[in-house]
Amino acid sequence: MIQIAQSCVGCGKCVSTCPFGALSLVNRKAVASAACTMCGACVSVCPMKALSLPTTGAAKKDLSAYKGVWAFIEISDDGHTQKVRPVGFELLSKGRELADQLGEELCAVVIGDNVKNYYAELSQYGTDKIYAVNAPEYHNYNTLAYANAMITLIKKYNPSVVLFPSTYIGRDLSPRISSELFVGLTADCTGLSIKEGNLIQTRPAFGGNIMADIKCPDYRPQMATVRPNVFKKVVTTAGRMAQIVESNIAIPVEAGKVRIIQTQMDPVNANQKLDEAEVVISGGRGMKDKEGFELLENFAQTLGGAVGASRAAVDMGFKPKEKQVGQSGVTVASKLYVACGISGAVQHVVGMEHSDVIIGINKDANAPIFNVCKYGIVGDAKQVLSKALEQLKK
Amino acid sequence: MNIIVCIKQVPDSTQVKVDPKTGTLIRAGVPSILNPYDHFALEKALDIKAKTGAKVTVLSMGPNQAIAVLRLALALGADEGILLSDRAFAGSDTWATSYALATAIRKIGQYDLILCGQMAIDGDTAQTGPGIARHLNIPQVTFCEHVDASGNQVMVKKLIDGGKQILQADMPVLVTMTMPVDYTPKYPSFMAAHKAQDKQTHTWTAADIGADLHKLGLEGSPTRVDRIFPPPARQKGEMFTGSAAELANKLVEILKKESVVK
Repeated sequence: MIQIAQSCVGCGKCVSTCPFGALSLVNRKAVASAACTMCGACVSVCPMKALSLPTTGAAKKDLSAYKGVWAFIEISDDGHTQKVRPVGFELLSKGRELADQLGEELCAVVIGDNVKNYYAELSQYGTDKIYAVNAPEYHNYNTLAYANAMITLIKKYNPSVVLFPSTYIGRDLSPRISSELFVGLTADCTGLSIKEGNLIQTRPAFGGNIMADIKCPDYRPQMATVRPNVFKKVVTTAGRMAQIVESNIAIPVEAGKVRIIQTQMDPVNANQKLDEAEVVISGGRGMKDKEGFELLENFAQTLGGAVGASRAAVDMGFKPKEKQVGQSGVTVASKLYVACGISGAVQHVVGMEHSDVIIGINKDANAPIFNVCKYGIVGDAKQVLSKALEQLKK
Repeated sequence: MNIIVCIKQVPDSTQVKVDPKTGTLIRAGVPSILNPYDHFALEKALDIKAKTGAKVTVLSMGPNQAIAVLRLALALGADEGILLSDRAFAGSDTWATSYALATAIRKIGQYDLILCGQMAIDGDTAQTGPGIARHLNIPQVTFCEHVDASGNQVMVKKLIDGGKQILQADMPVLVTMTMPVDYTPKYPSFMAAHKAQDKQTHTWTAADIGADLHKLGLEGSPTRVDRIFPPPARQKGEMFTGSAAELANKLVEILKKESVVK
């Protein structure tokens, strides 16, 4: 349980901060209940510095040997060709900023087959060094093979920060590595910065409308995953070639315990790919029913856009999880985003706020979605869309 | 065959409301449910049990009231339930949680297949399953929509970027499950729930599983909350009110102005 010192003056700031409702005032002193999860959210709000987490006996390690910001580069495969998944460039661009603040080098780590093909484009984002592991056996992603390669490199070169894309591959690989190395891993960060030498990892937390800064002060490397489209890619060193460090790392025998039998790619339709679509029409609880989502499909088709959904709509079974826009779903950065019947929880907003033009349609004029909209339409989303669709079809 | 399903009790996200004044979650009175991904994983385990006669053990970590999700799992057809509950687990992040669950699985001893939901809906990290696999030093396959086991192998269908992949894996293996669209969790009949009352649940402490206390709770958790804060305030845009027809006209006008339609 959180520790509360006698210096508590009973101001109550911590009480309203606690995401779990575990703090209350008794005789003008803060008291924690068994609901306390020791998340530490209250510690920084106390003006008297009366709140603290129990000190752990963990011996302070010397962290000065850990240097360098790394980005794991995912190779995408559409069944015919392999190429760098663009989120890798986004991680490198953000990584450059972090490396500058730390005064350390920025490194790309790429594992695969024929990775030489990627050196030039990976060098453009301010990349100082590329760690490459190249062998035909790495052609397809394999958890144990890739984890072993990453762990070998991390143990040899001791980076201070390792960033992963929050994709099926990144989310499979990164916890395997953090578990082995006994280091922290923060999922789906929407912001990354440096404070007092630590990586500050910002993400919506506790499932609600609140942001948290997470840090791992006593552990290195600090690891985080980031969804595609959260950071912008910025070419800063066009034409420069990074230093290449190639390593031969044998694939562990255990990797053969999992074998690919067949790969089935979805039929490719550019407009259907949510994270690359220029126009995204998303629906939430306010679309009410299946009919509402059919209307959304029609509307999107008319505008040549893709359909997304809020978490509520996914939970209600109107759309599959992979169409969920938000922190735990897809992040979009479209030219136009129309939020239909979506209230605008921060969970959703962080997944679409980078869109150029945002239109919100919601019958509640106070819905938080309107705080991020260029245009706010206060009305029943289903009715407005169906009437607008009639006009567009004329 | 021995299957262990890791399950978690979570607040029902569809019922959580936001305090309009403070913007924080109102948790009071929100019912707890079995994490839907775990619920689906459990159903898949029970399908395999029906075909092969496998033993299904459910494992959870949480406060005493989390026994409710074990009871539900037993009523649905699981054979045995184990709850890890101890103040020593409090403050655990995904590292310490996966260590504790893996240590309990080692104590259970017999396992061929470990099934987990891909993530819990109250944390969304998807880290605990792979963490358990690593602590047990067994392979993992994540984000699967189908799993089947026979002999000493499993076949899974997993989600990959832009498609799906069928994989075969040797047991013991850990598989994390996604869930289908339109998934409606099954609930037991009154009779099944009544009959399951005779089935055993055990509560284990950190000492019972022989866990290293340095790897549990806060001490076993590398991540710390530095601060929490409300999302930054933004500039409100242009707002429109009126009848549905008027608003539809406005919407079409905006789409033209922004050159989305000609």
